[in-house]
Amino acid sequence: MPTNKWITIKGTRDGLTLFMNDSCSWEELLGEVEEILSAKHMAVDEPLITVKIQLGNRYITDAQAETLRKIIKKHNKLVVEEIVSDVILKEEALRWKDETDLKLHNRVIRSGQVLEITGDLLLIGDVNPGGKVVATGNIFIMGNLRGVAHAGATGNRKAVIAASYMAPSQLRIADIISRSPDSDGEGVPMECGFIEKDGEQIIMDRISSLAKSRPELDAFERRVMNG
Amino acid sequence: MGEAIVITSGKGGVGKTTTTANLGTSLALLDKKVCLIDTDIGLRNLDVIMGLENRIIYDIVDVLEKRCKISQALIKDKRFDCLYLLPAAQTTDKSALTPEGMIEIIDELKPDYDYILIDCPAGIEQGYKNAVAGADKAIVVTTPEKSSVRDADRIIGLLEQEKVEPPHLIVNRIRNHMVKNGDMLDVDEIVQVLSIDLLGIVADDDDVIRASNHGEPVAFQPNSRASIAYRNIARRILGESVPLLSLEQKETFMDKVKKVFGLQK
Ligand SMILES: Nc1ncnc2c1ncn2[C@@H]1O[C@H](COP(=O)(O)OP(=O)(O)O)[C@@H](O)[C@H]1O
Ligand SMILES: [Mg+2]
Repeated sequence: MPTNKWITIKGTRDGLTLFMNDSCSWEELLGEVEEILSAKHMAVDEPLITVKIQLGNRYITDAQAETLRKIIKKHNKLVVEEIVSDVILKEEALRWKDETDLKLHNRVIRSGQVLEITGDLLLIGDVNPGGKVVATGNIFIMGNLRGVAHAGATGNRKAVIAASYMAPSQLRIADIISRSPDSDGEGVPMECGFIEKDGEQIIMDRISSLAKSRPELDAFERRVMNG
Repeated sequence: MGEAIVITSGKGGVGKTTTTANLGTSLALLDKKVCLIDTDIGLRNLDVIMGLENRIIYDIVDVLEKRCKISQALIKDKRFDCLYLLPAAQTTDKSALTPEGMIEIIDELKPDYDYILIDCPAGIEQGYKNAVAGADKAIVVTTPEKSSVRDADRIIGLLEQEKVEPPHLIVNRIRNHMVKNGDMLDVDEIVQVLSIDLLGIVADDDDVIRASNHGEPVAFQPNSRASIAYRNIARRILGESVPLLSLEQKETFMDKVKKVFGLQK
């Protein structure tokens, strides 16, 4: 069996992880993958093995990833589950930043006005009845929320909505909608709304409880750690 | 050089025309030279409230389409030499009035008047845009009802996109007993939601309706509640600081405190 120059293989309970050297050339790497896989002869009755690729500090394009998947797939007992790299394009990094940045706005959102942002929203001011704020991330309002707030607008159910004074006509988080009770009730100071784990509705609680239910509010950090 | 102030509300029937007529009258009582412009084409009634309907020969559209000079269309008030009205057209096509036309007219009037008050039609369409076009300042009128406050909020949002200064608020038709029972929004609540400066409040007063029916704005009367309120607002427009009268408004917390300690004048 040839000794591997560029690839280290580790077997875990969940399958194989291939650690790829990130300083050799891409062709060398592909060559070695072919070599290793053709050398290993797997019995027909063996179960499917999932493969995780660790690229280290190497960036590959989607086309390159596709080639790699194809080579591995040729050996029909293997499926590529994940290709992980420690580096991303600047462009993508900027998108992540934009999607997770806190956007500060200092104004009153009046009836008929809509404020739509990418990322988290910090609004210093009121959302009046008939006004609406929409964010792909969390919504924090230092003021009265009397209109509509939609957090996690692109589908993030982990998003939260918090306000100094919570008297919304409607709250939306991702695809879940909750409306105010029909009996024109008073609002509540310092409240937040979120969806409980596996829940299907928006729960209201004091803002101070957020530390417990959403310890990782900082979306950027979460994204960097978990991709 | 005069100042052009548009009186607007979004919702109809809250008292824009009444406010325009009465502020015009009140400013004239204070010796200011005032011109009122009715921009509610097709639904004019500023002339009726002023009692000047029978004097109309030309209107604002005639001026814009050069059928007459602006001085020929202006109607002098019955009671004051310093108060004039430029009436709206009643029959012509609405589209004859444009923002550019309004700016042209206001620019022509400004050198001759201290104040030009523009009565705005209801709605947020073309009529509103025309009325706001040449204005330096804006007054938003609302009644203490949710729907009216909602529309005022919408208008304030739209005014933010115009060249006018931040608008001031008049709360009209306040009925004290209803506010006390909690059946009407109170003024503090309205001001808090709209977050603009309060210029004044006007009680719901039968004298207003009686006076308009006689073609004489209520502000001309010496003692009615609404009349005093309008004249106070006019003084505030001139920059005087006139406190809100208890007759205009319910007692504030400070008033109550002062009373308890015997400090009330
Ligand atoms: N303070 C008031 N007290 C009593 N009636 C009022 C008052 N203000 C306005 N009104 C009445 O309300 C009606 C609508 O007023 P108007 O000024 O024509 O409103 P708009 O111009 O905003 O449509 C009129 O019949 C008017 O007499
Ligand atoms: Mg009117």
